[in-house]
Amino acid sequence: MLNYVIRRIAIALPTLLILIIISFLLMHAAPGGPFTSERPLPPQVLANIEAKYGLDLPIWQQMVNYTWGILTEFDFGPSFRYKDRTVNEIIEQGFPITLTYGFLSFIVAVVVGLSLGVIAAIRQNSWIDYIAVGITIGAQVLPNFVMAPLLVITFTLWLGWLPGGGWSGGEWQYLVMPVIALSTSYMASIARITRSSMLEVLNTNFIRTAKAKGLPYRTIILRHALKPAMLPVISYLGPAFVGMITGSVVIDIYFSTGGMGYFFVNSATNRDYSVMMGITILFGALTILFNLVVDLLYAWIDPKIRY
Amino acid sequence: MNLLSKYAATGIVLAAITTSPVSAAGTHPVTGEALAADQTFTYRLLDEHSSVDPQIVEDVNGSELVRDLFEGLMNQNAAGELVPGVATHFETNDAKNVYTFHLRDNAKWSDGKPVTAHDFVFAWRRLADPETASPYSWFADLMSIEGVGPVMKGEASPDTLGVRAVDDHTLEVRLTASLPYFPAMTTHASTFPSPSWTIKAHGKEWTKPGNIVSNGAYILTEHVPQERSVRERNPSYWNNGATILEKVVSLVINDENTALTRYLAGELDKTEIPAGQYPRLSKEHPDQAKSFPRLCNYYYTFNLSDSGPKAFKDVRVRKALSFALDRNIITDDVLQGGQFQAYTFTPAATANFDVPDVDFAGLTQAQRDAKATELMAAAGYGSDNPLKFKMLYNTSEGHKKIAIAMTQMWKQKLGVEIELANMEWKTFLDVRGKQDFELARGAWCGDYNEASTFLDLLTSQSGYNDGKYNNAEVDKLMQGAKTMSDPSGNYTRVEQILAEEMPVIPVYHYTGVFMLNTALKGWPFGNVEQNWYSRNLYKVAE
Repeated sequence: MLNYVIRRIAIALPTLLILIIISFLLMHAAPGGPFTSERPLPPQVLANIEAKYGLDLPIWQQMVNYTWGILTEFDFGPSFRYKDRTVNEIIEQGFPITLTYGFLSFIVAVVVGLSLGVIAAIRQNSWIDYIAVGITIGAQVLPNFVMAPLLVITFTLWLGWLPGGGWSGGEWQYLVMPVIALSTSYMASIARITRSSMLEVLNTNFIRTAKAKGLPYRTIILRHALKPAMLPVISYLGPAFVGMITGSVVIDIYFSTGGMGYFFVNSATNRDYSVMMGITILFGALTILFNLVVDLLYAWIDPKIRY
Repeated sequence: MNLLSKYAATGIVLAAITTSPVSAAGTHPVTGEALAADQTFTYRLLDEHSSVDPQIVEDVNGSELVRDLFEGLMNQNAAGELVPGVATHFETNDAKNVYTFHLRDNAKWSDGKPVTAHDFVFAWRRLADPETASPYSWFADLMSIEGVGPVMKGEASPDTLGVRAVDDHTLEVRLTASLPYFPAMTTHASTFPSPSWTIKAHGKEWTKPGNIVSNGAYILTEHVPQERSVRERNPSYWNNGATILEKVVSLVINDENTALTRYLAGELDKTEIPAGQYPRLSKEHPDQAKSFPRLCNYYYTFNLSDSGPKAFKDVRVRKALSFALDRNIITDDVLQGGQFQAYTFTPAATANFDVPDVDFAGLTQAQRDAKATELMAAAGYGSDNPLKFKMLYNTSEGHKKIAIAMTQMWKQKLGVEIELANMEWKTFLDVRGKQDFELARGAWCGDYNEASTFLDLLTSQSGYNDGKYNNAEVDKLMQGAKTMSDPSGNYTRVEQILAEEMPVIPVYHYTGVFMLNTALKGWPFGNVEQNWYSRNLYKVAE
């Protein structure tokens, strides 16, 4: 097991390096640069700025300097667009926000999704099942960019219960709508996967044996059926977790949360090279990490899997 | 008109205001209106500001903040006219190339230090210094300050810049050209003073709340990037007694529809109206939906360079396309925000600009269409030989609607076959800047309230002339206008040449459309540049 973890981490580092190189090249291949604007800067001014940010150096050297800065000082450089801030500051400020609403959404999606899925499976073809399936289909087809403005209109404009956006240090009133908007479609997927996987498990021989032994139904579900039914859910949860904690541009735009999702997309349109790289590396590292976590969870859930 | 006496008069009024300090929930000292107890102004920003450092800031949102936090030599009033700021008055020589500004002796920084001429010298040197790498350092060049070229190139020390403090309260600026409008340029954020001691103590961190020292009516007390920034009354400001708003909050809300919902829910005092919603909102909230002229134009430019299509080298084709465009449909049916049909490049709202009688503006659309058909036929295009070209705009729903309307008009009236293409903003700028287009969208907002801010774009040496229009007479007229006391005749002539040669198709002139809380008073609708100062705003009790 330990060997496996070490091996995976050893592969992760070159993967990240390749990610850096490819992102760096793609980014510089895009037309325009951080200082392209409708009012083109006079050549002298542009030269001064590019010299200051080291953009006058050959690409390979920029890439080496950049990577070196990260490895030695964990310095992701200054933002080209928000000139009084560094990328480290932007991530320090934005990532906790994204992490907060992402993690809460994850909890909500898992708890509600699993419960709905299990209940629907146990009471298959009953009215409870139909309602649960109805809810999940509704949640799935309503994308969050439709859901978000609908929530704001309902809870802010009509009912006046919740503030229409902002973060305010993460007070609960500011969290409700982002969490609902972000978690629903994940919740729906979790419920659907849980339901079908649960149904499959409930028809297996060992469940029939458990029933024959006369075990109480609750024990059969919780002790015997749930764990194997979780396998497909877990493989979905890994990427879903990364997807949620790395934020959503939709949530950030509609609720003005100040999270990473918007910074990420915005840095691409602004050609804010350093911000874009910093967030890409962060998200890349998180993806690699949680894929590893999921693989380890498999082994814990299914004794048949060995590393 | 004697400018100095006008400033003196303004000074007296300001002094009168200063001597009667205003308390919240009192009455307005001039109008006598009852003031609201809560003097907080909350407004929406489309995007995070680039910086609040006067010499670094480069966007409109950031400049709004900088105008509240700092104060330059001169300010603008609600009509956009020049009024004293830190300088009480100024004088110049006959050649108008040496300006002496006299600074008030009661101006203070928020840490209590006096604002002196040295702070301006420091800021202007900082602006030109390549070490600062200011994106607006070209403004120092535009101001024609002596020695600015070598300083910007790093060939001369910033100390050699032609600006000096004669004493603590006298600033002398030497220019390389005669600029009658130079004082107006000192309302620009990049010319505002900056505190050398704070910059030295905190380096790049100096603009953070807690570190920042500023000389304007407000100080920055909170900044959460991409969410909100808060500025509060600066008790050290020399005219603090006249400030009524206690607190100004700007919220970053990227989506304009969400912003509108939050405005309607009472969370905001001001927000922009999304395209197409003005008619509805002005019906439902006539006292809150505001539309007023802006100093911005919207046009399409022909690529007249060697890489451009041959057809566009024929003035008849350019004119036909411009004539056949029914601008009323664009403004009244597509945009619906009270925009103005454009037949000239310069908006009519521009100061001292007499809209010239360009002949195609006076015709009816039917007459223009008839002429367009004639011109097209004369140029050799018709149903058997249709004109074909590519039309480029930057990706946006609004631009798309306009582009589709335009191509349909041209197709129906002239049988032109057009291929529409859109590109993401920076790619679009790159492509347009390299003349890799045929017909491309353009828009320009004036840097200052004078026709040359628009017409200079079409001179051959302009860095913004992406269509590469080149007319020696236009160049000469615009060069001459720079030193004339009344250049309006030159501007009229240039517009007439443009109507004759049609290097660009003017489409419309912008209006500003936003929702404004009826309790908020003092908004400078008459200032076409929309340079507003929070210290002139106030909230009345409702």
